[in-house]
Amino acid sequence: MTMTLNDPAAGGAARQAASGLPRLLPLVPGVPEDLRAHLARYGRPPYGRPLIDAVRAAGLTGRGGAAFPVHRKLAAVAAARGRKVIVANGAESEPASGKDAVLLRAAPHLVLDGLQLAAEATGATEAHLYLHQGHHPELQRALAERATARLDRLPITLTQAPPRFLAGQETALVSRLGGGPARPTFQPPRVSDRGLGGAPTLVQNVETLAHLALIARYGPRWFRALGTEDEPGSMLVTLHQASHRSQVIEIEIGAPLGSLLDPNAQAQAVLIGGFHGTWLPLPGAAALTLDNQALTAHGAALGAGVIAALPADRCGLAEAARVARYLAAESAGQCGPCLNGLPRIAAALAELAGRGHRKQTRADVERWSGLVTGRGACHHPDGSVRFVRSALTTFAPEISLHARGQCASTNRAPFLPVPGGMPESEDDWT
Amino acid sequence: MADILRVNPIDCSGHGVCAELLPELVTLDEWGYPIVDPRPLPPALDRDARRAVAACPALALKLLRS
Repeated sequence: MTMTLNDPAAGGAARQAASGLPRLLPLVPGVPEDLRAHLARYGRPPYGRPLIDAVRAAGLTGRGGAAFPVHRKLAAVAAARGRKVIVANGAESEPASGKDAVLLRAAPHLVLDGLQLAAEATGATEAHLYLHQGHHPELQRALAERATARLDRLPITLTQAPPRFLAGQETALVSRLGGGPARPTFQPPRVSDRGLGGAPTLVQNVETLAHLALIARYGPRWFRALGTEDEPGSMLVTLHQASHRSQVIEIEIGAPLGSLLDPNAQAQAVLIGGFHGTWLPLPGAAALTLDNQALTAHGAALGAGVIAALPADRCGLAEAARVARYLAAESAGQCGPCLNGLPRIAAALAELAGRGHRKQTRADVERWSGLVTGRGACHHPDGSVRFVRSALTTFAPEISLHARGQCASTNRAPFLPVPGGMPESEDDWT
Repeated sequence: MADILRVNPIDCSGHGVCAELLPELVTLDEWGYPIVDPRPLPPALDRDARRAVAACPALALKLLRS
């Protein structure tokens, strides 16, 4: 084996296809790649290379929402001794996001390559794949294919995540894998220090692992051919057009938002980053580029890559109120400020979305928002408040209309995909 | 290296003992849960802070090395 990590010629025919877009998604849109197609496109996973250095040079950040530098988590677990655990997190729990589900269906072998390669690089002794119901049969099939081809070095344990918004949160995941409820736990300790059964635990989103599997093959320079200097590479985006068309696409990080939006659909605002994300008004926001550096200046972040353009005929307040009610119901109910604050904020938003709210309601939302921020064991209150505050700013003209008993919308049908049924019991966390 | 006072919000059940024993650093929100001063603990309050930590009925108040 003479090729090096930095050699762009590595990979042969596969590199041709992998040099542009898509990198992760199938070459034939909508046709999942089984092991044969996967090996024809990418070849076998390249074990035995200095992966952590390559990931550092590539500048890969986590694609699960937090955009944390991947090499730092890898290095932290690699430095630990003894039993170590690695987890591929496919429990995408944001109702508006479908990118991990699409990836797991379309390119399971890229994810599984990434899991094996990251396990090797960190010296993990135990590997898990954490998934929502429904993905198990196809992943079991993929694992069986790999067993026949002798691709895997570490056996992988599949665990099912409950259908809750917080089920994929890192500490909730560790609790679930340990046999407990999928509820967040207090940190410190961080899971990379003391996670599953007390062992240092590396948790990576499945898309992150797929990118890692490509960096292992083609190297950091190839990876950096797309994206920005600070945020290299491509990313999966779940795009909800104002025309009601929803799709998962792979984009270059830093692509202009306007280039993704359907020019024929009238949109009034865009939600970036999902239910923990930020509303921004259109057409102004269309000029923004989709990278965290550009978005941070506007109080927004890519999160797990949800982008939803709200049609001009909808009421943004009504949409925000539905989401806020869902977020309040999805609180794990463990921390006092979240447990008390989110339902009050949600009720106030429902009032603002109705006709003729009380004078103090907006000030109440602002005060409660301040009270819940930074006071949970997880970031659920912070993310929920980010969503609510940006809705109040972006839809401020609508609030004034509602105060006078009016509403600009002409279409009452719900737009954002908020689960209709609320959790059935207190105990469905497993 | 100074300590910082932190509350584990999962364990905290809002007894409010901390705010009584350490009003300089802890106030209660409108639902009775503590809002803790995030700055490093001033040495003069070290004893009172340790007493508040020991008195928390939920064992939710902690002193962490910053």
